[in-house]
Amino acid sequence: MAATKTTVDITAAMVTEAVPLADWLLVAPVLLTMAGGAISIIFRKKSATQPWIAITTIALVILSNIGLLNHVLTNGVVTMVMGSWLPPFGIAFTADPLGALLALTASVATMCVAVFAMNSIAENERRYGFYPFLLMLLCGVTGSFLTGDIFNLYVWFEVLLISSFGMQILGNEKVQIDGAVKYAVLNLIATTLFLAATGLLYGLVGTLNMADIAGKLKAFDNSGPMLGLATLYFLAFAMKAAAFPVNFWLPASYHTPRLVVAAIFAGLLTKVGVYALLRVMLLLMPEGRDWLASLIGIVAIATMLTGSLGALAQTDIRRLMAYLVIAGIGAMMAGIAVGNEVAVSGAIFYSMHSVLIMTALYLLVAFMFQMSGTFSLREIGGLYIRTPLGAGIGLILLLAVAGLPPFSGFWAKLLLVAGALEAGRGWVAAGILVSGLFTTIAVGRLWIFAFWRGGNEHTVDGIQALPIAGSSDAADISWSIWLPLIVLTALIFVIGILPETMMSITENGAKTLIDPTAYIGSVFGGIR
Amino acid sequence: MNTLIFRTVAPYLSALMMLFSVFVLLRGHNEPGGGFIGGLIAVSAFAIYGIACGVSAVRRAMKFHPMSIAASGLLLAVVSVLPSLFLGQPAMTSQWLALPFLGTVIDLSTPLFFDIGVYLVVVGAISSIALSLEERAD
Repeated sequence: MAATKTTVDITAAMVTEAVPLADWLLVAPVLLTMAGGAISIIFRKKSATQPWIAITTIALVILSNIGLLNHVLTNGVVTMVMGSWLPPFGIAFTADPLGALLALTASVATMCVAVFAMNSIAENERRYGFYPFLLMLLCGVTGSFLTGDIFNLYVWFEVLLISSFGMQILGNEKVQIDGAVKYAVLNLIATTLFLAATGLLYGLVGTLNMADIAGKLKAFDNSGPMLGLATLYFLAFAMKAAAFPVNFWLPASYHTPRLVVAAIFAGLLTKVGVYALLRVMLLLMPEGRDWLASLIGIVAIATMLTGSLGALAQTDIRRLMAYLVIAGIGAMMAGIAVGNEVAVSGAIFYSMHSVLIMTALYLLVAFMFQMSGTFSLREIGGLYIRTPLGAGIGLILLLAVAGLPPFSGFWAKLLLVAGALEAGRGWVAAGILVSGLFTTIAVGRLWIFAFWRGGNEHTVDGIQALPIAGSSDAADISWSIWLPLIVLTALIFVIGILPETMMSITENGAKTLIDPTAYIGSVFGGIR
Repeated sequence: MNTLIFRTVAPYLSALMMLFSVFVLLRGHNEPGGGFIGGLIAVSAFAIYGIACGVSAVRRAMKFHPMSIAASGLLLAVVSVLPSLFLGQPAMTSQWLALPFLGTVIDLSTPLFFDIGVYLVVVGAISSIALSLEERAD
């Protein structure tokens, strides 16, 4: 039986004019990483070629992301709708300066990790899929940064979570499974909250397209449900970002995976949570942010203080770094709590800085472990004599994470403090400064113990103790370990010396977030 | 599950299910069905075959490693997104090709290849899980 065919004119619902080739840069990172991931799964047994597949793919992604950032900065917010279906029906990929900048930074950090892992991930763990997972993680992360659809954001969250579960248990140790369970359970709860909130939001406004939501919520009279939703989203993303008091999973799980894995987690995963907060709180629900501002401020201050105090209390370097991640999250949330252009620009700057610095610091920990054979601040020591270059890199990175000039962290904190004072939120500014002080003490203590002191804690001043058995010489450290460390340090240094370009990008990003006209205009073109 | 009846029936049953899974995959564009559900049916076929005849028989029958099947499916799905790149259209815009074949017309399209990609990803990923679970039980 032949079905009766009805012809429907669908051209009204579709993009009909030609799309410039440059717009494909929006989907290129996702397509490239997916294809690269697939190819590296097919060649999973060839562990010698694995890194090169990943490195080539990520290099292409970096190039494409540079092109995209350039495209966004010259032409404003860029949108591409999947399958030519006009928004809000087609899923939109929308890149504003915030998304494009973070996507670029994330791909650079992933590249450094991919190179670093060439030597530090054992052969059999490569067979268990380190590189495919790394590529799919990057796929999920860039997808989250570039999508313009809130349900699609959820999907990318899933992609990156599944890959991160796989990466976390590389090595099959009991303690890793333990860490992974804590990580997985809390992340699943957060994802469920996110999904529930998205369902409710869809019930409220009948759309999932972020630009459409932003426009519709602005015209929404009944603010009660919207405020509830904002709170729900805040809780969900605060869990992902590891904000106080839902951050206990982070120090409990980040010291268990391989250090390169921890590096990419610390660099990217929490930042995706912060990015989602920026997007939802500032672009979609500015009213909700205003209403929650004091709460976010308190949470931010508590996160910064618990993070920096926690770092001060730790004797295991890996756990110390985990607390530094948390302290940084607090600073970014402070930017959201303040919410004016300067502070949001600072939060974007800090996110970018945090991706680089946290990746670099965990790689530094891996380097220090290889040099000294221990993670304990009591046992470690004498690294300055054995590796002056390593000590220099360590000093720059540690000062940068504390937010001291002339490194990238300083400018981010400067913007945050200036924004907070401008908005009359002196408490938030004080929180940033006090936590910066604690962080400085914590990292100073780390540097002095690990590099300056001659040996372990019983070493008398001026005496160089023998290295611990099992540690390697600086000459044995391969180029694949030095290169990522040096590149990341150089980036942090250059951004610190020449912050104007970066500041203009983050300022642009903050403007686009706070005034969504450009974003909405890009998605709906001249239609509305 | 070592009964004679089951072992005799299982190969025929899984062959039928495989056929049905392809049917469900192909009708998926206009009617209920599609790559995901078709893939699940195919995996059930492999699972039944595996319960009856053992995991190694399934691995032989599949020819390729399940992970490679999944990966090639993912690659196919990615490739199916690309044709619109050369036509100046947004990603994933469907391209159709009406192919005359033996007096009838076959509509080939990029969504079909995307769906086949999904089918392969599901077949590869789920059967990889099912097989390794069954291997543990042995």
